[in-house]
This record gives sequence, structure tokens and C-alpha cells, in this order.
Amino acid sequence: MSTPWFQKIGDGLASTRERLKGHLNVLLDRGPDLDAAFWDDLEDALLQADMGVTATTEMVEALRDTAAREALPDAAAVVARLSRQIAEEVAVPGDDPFALDPVTVLVVGVNGTGKTTSVGKIAKAAAENGRRVVIGSADTFRAAAIEQLRVWADRASVPVIERPHGSDPASVVFDTLAEAQDRDADLIIIDTAGRLHTSRDLMAELQKVRRVADRESPHPVRVVLVMDATTGQNGLVQAREFHRALGLDALVLTKLDGTAKGGIVVAVARELGVPVVRIGVGEGIDDLEPFDASVFAAAITGETR
Amino acid sequence: MFENLSDRLQAVFNKLTGRGVLSEADVDAAMREVRMALLEADVNFKTVKEFVTRVRERAVGSDVMKSLTPGQMVVKIVLDELTALMGGTESRLVLSGRTPSVIMLVGLQGSGKTTAAAKLANLLRKQGKSPLLVACDVYRPAAIDQLEMLGRQLDVPVYRGEGDDPVEIARAGVKDAVARMRDVVIVDTAGRLHVDEEMMAEAVAIRQAVRPDQVLMVIDAMTGQDAVNAAAAFAERVDFDGVIVTKLDGDARGGAALSVRAVTGRPIKFAGVGEKLDALEPFHPERMAKRILGMGDMVTLIEKAQETVDTDAAAEMEERLARGAFTLDDFLSQLQQVRKMGSIKDILAMVPGGGKLPKDVDVDEGALTRVEAIIRSMTPGERTKPQTINGSRRERIARGAGVTVYDVNQVLKQFAQAQKMVKQLSQMQRGGKRKRIPGIPGMPGPF
Repeated sequence: MSTPWFQKIGDGLASTRERLKGHLNVLLDRGPDLDAAFWDDLEDALLQADMGVTATTEMVEALRDTAAREALPDAAAVVARLSRQIAEEVAVPGDDPFALDPVTVLVVGVNGTGKTTSVGKIAKAAAENGRRVVIGSADTFRAAAIEQLRVWADRASVPVIERPHGSDPASVVFDTLAEAQDRDADLIIIDTAGRLHTSRDLMAELQKVRRVADRESPHPVRVVLVMDATTGQNGLVQAREFHRALGLDALVLTKLDGTAKGGIVVAVARELGVPVVRIGVGEGIDDLEPFDASVFAAAITGETR
Repeated sequence: MFENLSDRLQAVFNKLTGRGVLSEADVDAAMREVRMALLEADVNFKTVKEFVTRVRERAVGSDVMKSLTPGQMVVKIVLDELTALMGGTESRLVLSGRTPSVIMLVGLQGSGKTTAAAKLANLLRKQGKSPLLVACDVYRPAAIDQLEMLGRQLDVPVYRGEGDDPVEIARAGVKDAVARMRDVVIVDTAGRLHVDEEMMAEAVAIRQAVRPDQVLMVIDAMTGQDAVNAAAAFAERVDFDGVIVTKLDGDARGGAALSVRAVTGRPIKFAGVGEKLDALEPFHPERMAKRILGMGDMVTLIEKAQETVDTDAAAEMEERLARGAFTLDDFLSQLQQVRKMGSIKDILAMVPGGGKLPKDVDVDEGALTRVEAIIRSMTPGERTKPQTINGSRRERIARGAGVTVYDVNQVLKQFAQAQKMVKQLSQMQRGGKRKRIPGIPGMPGPF
């Protein structure tokens, strides 16, 4: 398999990959002997990928049963089976909201996950593919968030609708949707301020944004949560809370070009059934790629392909 | 939802018969819970392993076996060891005598460096320093604008250099501080990935150019297992002196902070606890240990109460309370003191066990607002003599506050109870020594 994405993740993860290969070789070198130490190591690999203790324990236990029942011959067979299982768990059926035509997409998430950058990248790629894109800058809270989005919008030659710092985000959404209709836009992306899911007021503000979007949007409305691959177990709580407040249609997983694996999305997919649709693997503008469950799973287990 | 470790261990030990005699298997069961709690808090899996081994050694010792409440004993061992692992006591910012002192911030993208830089400037200014912020993030669009806007909010100058070489900007920034007679320079750098060799080299170059007194790594409390990889790389290449943990106002347990300390040996110095620019606090290892274990943070709560209570107003109220005179105005001002401490959810989260409140228990933050609105809809006369509030007055108050008469009745009932308590207290105190009552007599509950 040699998709551009695979190459990029390969490049970005080169050092990890080497280390993981080392780790895996240790696993595989045991040969057919699936002893307690093998299972411990396997568990460690999943924990290290931020899969979480619950998902890890359940999966490894199930795998032990399978290995015994089906008499899996060796460590390689076990790892391949695990990889397939993770891929199945995370491959939740669902559309890529950004691929719908026409559509209005609200981009939400906690602070610092890369919402604005993701919006910029997606807008640029979509505009280049002939979509009529309009961006709304509903992050009226963070200092210079509007300026940041404007830079991205200029690079993408896409209009951005903005209101002064401190304006009501819902009013920006209202104006964006009105102007997008005038411009006959078929992809309307709304960037919102980062907020902790524990902040009741800010979550309520976001619910208002969604209500306004539902009421005013000429197109179907989708909500996408941007999650940082370095996020630990709190990611599940984040997803749960945003899902409860807004109803999530998809996840974007950013910053996969470091050494983080983003295993928390497995737990999110298991519990909430929300699919990952895009991943961020680099700082370049066109670096937001479609998500491939089997490549993702292979990166977590360190399975060589 | 996670339970706290204390409850978990209690559950383990409750199952045991023959209390007081712990078998290896009992300790194993307890250690499984400890491991689980730490992993759920994002403590690095290797750190967890070492930690559990150490705790087990201590737990197998005789003091636990003989202890009547082995659960609490194990919790104490875990807490002690966790606190020790996190650096024992809090560690402050160490600045050399030279002027200007230089602090440099580094970290991954999105960890909160720019906000932390502004918060740090604010904190230093409160300590009598005159900081200068230097904006070296030439990569992220509008990052420099962001720092500039924050500086303007704080009335702290921001140096933004010419050109796009962060090393030059940093160097010129320090010179600018000398010219402007600023005594601390805070250098905000671009977010960078620890595997990005070029960007890591740039951070090293900035470090060499400005020779900071302190390099602080900014780490997001929500980070998972990867925190140690990033921190180890930054420690090796850039070499930092301490850590600022950000976004601790969420519900992340922040185990990553512990791992970073354990792996790099660098202490955690500050914690970011809110969106406002004064939300940066010195770091307290023991409180963090409790947070990781989900055991609440009473000390912070008490400190918060002390910070927010207006001492003059408190003294005056004490005076009136002692006389047994407690009016609806007093009730209102007590209410406002509580509200100043933050949302009820925040406060509850700091109470031991409060953190495990089921998520669907909705804390009605609006309840306090409504009580306030109701009291504010009363005339001054009504507030001092609530017995004069008859049916038609109640209706008027309800209309004024936008609530129902039932709500007004509830408030009056709660007030009557509080008043009764105050009377009893003042009678008790008349007998003995007068004691300060910082607490809230009869805090109104949600409707």
C-alpha cells in the first residue's frame, strides 16, 4: 500500500516506527511461544498508544481467547489479528462531512487542538477542487484568532466572514450563513473558539451556535470535533461531552506527525460510534488526509505491512 | 466515570475476610487498582510499573498488615510516594541577579505557550517586576498579533522584531528590554514537534542567543502517554529547568505532568487553571497527587475562599451576626462571596468525592442567579423586615425577578432557616469566646 498518506505517516513516524519495530521484533522473536511476558508487552504497546486501560484490557483478553481457540500459530499472527480488530473498531461507518455537497460544517474542540489550522487546510484543498467555500470566524474570544483564520483564508483565496473580537459567536454564524447564501457557497465551514468541555457556559454558547446554524443554514449541518493525537484519556470525556451537547458527526485527528498515536479515538469510536474522517500529519497547508483505519491500526500495533 | 482511588481500594479491602492479615493476593488486588487509577490519569505506563513495584514493597511491609484500615493505609503510601515522585515541595521560579532576567518558553503546538507567557508576565508584574514579552513565533499565522493583544490587555509591552528570524528577534528583544528598563524578559517561541530536527535546532539557537535564566516547557494537562517522549526530547536538546502545566481547569487528571517529572527530573513550577490572564498558580505536588487519584483538593478550596472573602465586609458581618441581626442583604452578600469563588461545579470538584459526581447530575448554576434576582427585586425595607412581605408583595417580587411566587417563597423559607441558625450561633457565642464564622449560614440550595 503506497498512498501518499501512508508515506507521510511513514516519514513522520520514522523514529517511532523504528522503535516500534524494535519493540515488535522483541515480540516476534519469541517465536511461537505466547507466554505471559508477550501478552504484557502487547498490553504495554496499546497503553503507550493511548488506547486506555479499559479498551486495552478488553481487547487483549479477547485476543488471548481467540489465540487459544483458533490456535494462532505465533506472535505475528496475534499482532495481525489485533491490528485487524482495531481497524474494525475504529472504522465506524459515516460520511466525511467535508465531502458532502452542499454542507455547513461546525468545527469544535478543546483549546489548542488545531481547529483553525484544520479549517484553513480543508478550505484550501476544497477550493482547489472547485468547491465554493465560505469560512465563518466564530472564535471571537481568543486574541488574534480572527487574524489567524484570515491568513489561512487569504492563502486559500476563500472569503472569511468575521466580526469584531468579543462579538456573539452565534451572530457571526448568522451573518456567515446569510453571506454564504448570497455567494451561493456549497461548503460553509465555521471555526469556533476552543473551549474545555467542563465549561457549562461555553458549551451552552456552542449549543446556541448550533441552533442558529440549524435554523439559518441552507444546507445540512454537520458537527466535527477536532482532537489532538497527543490527547490522553481525557479525550474520551471530551468527545462524550461535545457529543452530548451538540451531536458529533465526525472526528478530525490532528498532529499525527509526532510520536503520538491517537489511540484514544479507538475508545471514542467504541463508545460513541463517531468516525474519524481526516487526519493531520504535517504542517504544510495540504496535509489533511482522509483517514484509513487499517493504516492507523497498523501504526498502533507496529505491524509491518 | 472514574471513582477515586480511595473508594476503589476500600472496595477491594472490604471484600477481604480476616481483616488485618493481608495476603500477597490482597496486595496484588490493591495494586491492580492503583495501576488502573494511574493509567486512567495518563501517567506513563513505565512510570506506573516502577511506581507500583515501589508501593507494593512498602505495602507488603508489616505496618499495613496490622493496620485496621488497610485501604486508607495503602492510599497514604500511594499519596506519599506520588507526592515524592512529583518533587516533594513546590518549586519556585529561580531568577539570577542580572538585569534583565530572561525566561524562555518552549513546547509542542497548542500546549498554550502564548497564553502562559502572558499569564506569567501578569504574575511577575504583580510581584513588582516589569516584564517585557518577546514574540518569536514567526510561523503560526497571527501568533505575534495574539501576544500583542494579550500584552495590551495586561498593559505589558510586547517586542515584535523586524524580519522572520526568531533568534535575531529574541536577541533584539533582550536589548530592547535594557533600553526600556524592563527587568524580566519572557521569550515566547513557536510550537514545535520534538521530532522536527530543524525546529529543535532553532530552539537551541534561541537559547544560546539569549542565555535564559529559566527555560520552561509548557505541557497540556490533557496529554497522554506521548508526553514523556516530547519532554525527554526537549530535555535532551533544549534542556529546560521546569514545567508549566496548562488547562488544569478541565477535568483531565494530569498524570502526564507526573510522568514528565519522573522521566526528566524537572520540577513543575506553575499550573494554568483558567482562561483569564490571572489564572496561573504555583504548583503544589501534594494537591496534584490527590487530583491524579481523584481525591479532591480541599486546600485550594480553602485558599480560594480566603482569597475571595472581603475581610472588611466579613468583619462587619461578623459584628452583626454576633448581635443576631441577619438580614436578606447579608444573605445576598454571602451569596455573592460564594459566587466569586467560581462555579458550583468547580467548587464541588474540589471537595473530596465531588469529582465523581455523576455527569448527569446537573448543577443548576442559574439557581444562585435567581436567588440574587429575587432579593434584588425587594425594597430595602423588605430586605430588613421580610415579615412584611405579604402575598401581593411576593407577586410583585416574582414578576420583578422573572420567577414564580413559589421560587420567592422558597428563598424566604431558606432565609428564615439561615436566620434561625444565626440566632442560635450568636446565643452560643455570647456565652463563650467569639469566634470568626467564615462559613455560609444556610447556603441556598437549587430550587
